[in-house]
Amino acid sequence: MTRLVIDPVTRIEGHLRIEAEVDSGLVKKAWASGTMFRGLELILKGRDPRDAWYFVQRICSVCTAVHAIASVRAVENALGITIPENAQLIRNLIEAMQYIHDHVMHFYHLHALDWVDVTSALNADPKKTSQLQESISDWPRSNPRYFQDVKDRLETFVDSGQLGIFANGYWGHPAYKLPPEADLLAVAHYINALDWQKSVSRFIAILGGRHPCPNFLVGGMATAINPDSDQALNASRLILMKELLQEAQDFVEKVYFPDVLAIASFYPEWTKLGEGLGNFLACGDFQLDGPKVDDSRRVGSSTTRRDPVDKAGNMFFPSGVIWNRKIEEVKKFNQEQITEYVSRSWYTYSDGSTDAKHPFDGETNPKYTGPKPPYDFLTVDEKYSWIKSPRYDGKPVEVGPLARVLVAYGMGQKQITDLVDKSIRQLGVGKEALFSTLGRTLARAIETVALMDEIWGWYNKFVVNIGAGDYTTANTEKWEPSTWPAEAQGVGFVDAPRGALGHWIKIKNGKIDHYQMVVPTTWNASPPDPSGQIGAYEASLVGTPVVDADKPIEVLRTIHSFDPCIACAVHVHDAGKKKIKSAGIMP
Amino acid sequence: MGSQTFDKNVEAVFESVGVTRRDFMKFCGAMAAILGLPPVFASRIANAIEREIPFAGEKRPSVLWLNLQSCTGCTESFTRSDHPSIAEAVLTMISLDYHETLLAASGKSACQACESAMEENRGKYILVVEGAVPVSDDGTFCTIAGKSGVEYLKNMSEKAAFVIALGTCASYGGLPAAKPNPTAAQSVDEFVSPKTVVRIPGCPPIGDVLMATIVHFLFFGKLPALDSENRPQFAYGKYIHEQCRRHYHFENAEMVLGFNDDEYRGGYCLFPLGCKGAFTKNACSVMRWNMGTAWCVGSGHPCVGCSEKDFWDKFTPIYSLVEGRNPK
Ligand code: SF4
Ligand code: SF4
Repeated sequence: MTRLVIDPVTRIEGHLRIEAEVDSGLVKKAWASGTMFRGLELILKGRDPRDAWYFVQRICSVCTAVHAIASVRAVENALGITIPENAQLIRNLIEAMQYIHDHVMHFYHLHALDWVDVTSALNADPKKTSQLQESISDWPRSNPRYFQDVKDRLETFVDSGQLGIFANGYWGHPAYKLPPEADLLAVAHYINALDWQKSVSRFIAILGGRHPCPNFLVGGMATAINPDSDQALNASRLILMKELLQEAQDFVEKVYFPDVLAIASFYPEWTKLGEGLGNFLACGDFQLDGPKVDDSRRVGSSTTRRDPVDKAGNMFFPSGVIWNRKIEEVKKFNQEQITEYVSRSWYTYSDGSTDAKHPFDGETNPKYTGPKPPYDFLTVDEKYSWIKSPRYDGKPVEVGPLARVLVAYGMGQKQITDLVDKSIRQLGVGKEALFSTLGRTLARAIETVALMDEIWGWYNKFVVNIGAGDYTTANTEKWEPSTWPAEAQGVGFVDAPRGALGHWIKIKNGKIDHYQMVVPTTWNASPPDPSGQIGAYEASLVGTPVVDADKPIEVLRTIHSFDPCIACAVHVHDAGKKKIKSAGIMP
Repeated sequence: MGSQTFDKNVEAVFESVGVTRRDFMKFCGAMAAILGLPPVFASRIANAIEREIPFAGEKRPSVLWLNLQSCTGCTESFTRSDHPSIAEAVLTMISLDYHETLLAASGKSACQACESAMEENRGKYILVVEGAVPVSDDGTFCTIAGKSGVEYLKNMSEKAAFVIALGTCASYGGLPAAKPNPTAAQSVDEFVSPKTVVRIPGCPPIGDVLMATIVHFLFFGKLPALDSENRPQFAYGKYIHEQCRRHYHFENAEMVLGFNDDEYRGGYCLFPLGCKGAFTKNACSVMRWNMGTAWCVGSGHPCVGCSEKDFWDKFTPIYSLVEGRNPK
């Protein structure tokens, strides 16, 4: 039995540590620990609810839009604010482009080196790489001279002896299976994707002022539209947005998606490894029918409000829950069923209870009880992480691209269904292949392609609105706190690139009284609950082969397939003094 | 650039790494702008480089990047920088020897890469730190490889040539240090004396400002001029407000009072909506973000003052005026 420790886990956001027991070359048991804590919810208490988005946006600036959107939605939900259609469209445009940006970067810069041996690219025949490129898409950069040039640059780089970010990688590991020509193709696209991402991020900057960390606003968006001004969004900005959309789409369809399929085809065994729980949750996102926030969603003193994301059928990514791989039986998602345990995390509940709490009733205090640094191993039989244990209906679930794609598939969402069927046919595998490490990676690419198509509709609608003279981006009727009820509570959901995200807020006398978040990586990276049910990361690692414990590339493949974001996963709930019945939030 | 490609003929050198003459001149122009020099300096920079490329044929300077209590926004912003692009910088100008977000190796192999880079470049590498440093509870609010973040910082800064505190968290404590500062988070300079700490604040900072600072060091062999808070003068020399295109509206008292007003769409001054541009030193209104595409006020949101010390407490609520302070 070998004790494996991976700390730091690199090519992720934040500070993650994996410990695992390896026996006869297989992982028997694994523990995932988040090792950084900031305490954002404590910092939020007593502040202006209209500021909350700016604070929580810094939970993580990789998926830089999603916490801000969840936050403004929660505040709008609490105060009964309806946002203008343009604002809804701008949020969709920003969030969709964020997905596309994030997923492509994840694949090339965070995940690809698990499958691609950079040094092996030096043995490639550029002519064959060119043929490979031409066989998978009509991407114009396919000339043998181009790949020769990339190879030359790589050679110069490697010969310099300064390998930088590629130093000490697991190069030459037998787990790498790509032919050198495919490695060279991937290295070229790794570099192309770096340039591509900086360019397409301009799309978000036009609307939000900058990227990362674009600006949002409670009640709409702080995006000035005025076709007759050079200081606002005008026709020249709109055409630039269109060009950037095209640039994004070309890369997604001609490079990213074909690359995922091509690389996956060399690793068929990874469609059988890394499944995990078999339980999936999607909270849904991208409203399709405009921002018709009806009065039944009002909060405050009203108790007849409906959950803002519970209108299944009107979102591009539908919400739903799947148990035990039963894709054909998607259950309705109900946020009331979300609770969190802290029994194995470095927090305590003040009532000493080990029961789970709904985010509206929850409270947590940080209390580190792990080993004093420097340490070799965590005390994994006790508390061992800053990440808590959210459960749905008492059970662990996986969230993220795979959950969304499976829920959409189960509900017959056409774009997703078509793409899934096409991809598995091309790979020559069945649907069960989706329940795997590569299934997650493939699902991420599938939803990127689907969104890339859908985003044009929002863009066109936006242009039509502006053409019709609608420049409104904000509803300011309830901007002043004097218009707010003394007490209000609300919830905002975003199905973020990494999965279902919820923010819960209680507002009292114009100030934040209570703020809580249940975050994608918290779902996936959670430690066990009191009944011993483990989370998705830990479950997915059991049975993973490890050829060389010093080079645990296999473990990284599965962990990276989730696209961890640890800064997101770690947070603390503030102790809301007054309980407002969460029944008010029932759908 | 490896030594074998070293050539005094700059075009050959640049061509060997796929940079055309046009790209090169564009780069020099951008550098001149970033460094706050008039356009005529573009050709002078080009000449200077052509005469002698300080980093050609030599070892690329080693850059080590430590991520502490951060949101990775500084890294994200760094990867958005335009000139040089991240790909160009990492492949041909610097050797990014440790950066957890990008490093191929994990765990033990990553730690080894870090240690050998520190040894081989002892006294010469640039340490970039992103995020604040939590000190309460023995530093257990941020650990890497079982060691506290504070330990990591002390160890990595000891052998560095100098330290860049990137972003408002590393520069001043930032968000983790906002009231009530639950983890006793502090700024980087508290732990690394006597090393010089260059502050590049911003939440996040503009990626190009970091690039320009590094490039300045590569070209001229020294740091750019710093102000009293150790910020590069070329980027933090002026208040946002002084160079804001809405400034003449400010002077004419043409103000925006609401996000849905005609004045808002007319590009009037955002001061009444809480704009902190008058109290904030940063390059946003001139350099702008994302390849010069946009910036906060330009798109319609007030400047929050994200590069100023304690802005999380001092400049909030965001949409309110700062008590007792009036813009010039
Ligand atoms: S207050 Fe803000 S919007 Fe007004 S001129 Fe100054 S920086 Fe520009
Ligand atoms: S304009 Fe102000 S808030 Fe925006 S990035 Fe610059 S300093 Fe920060």
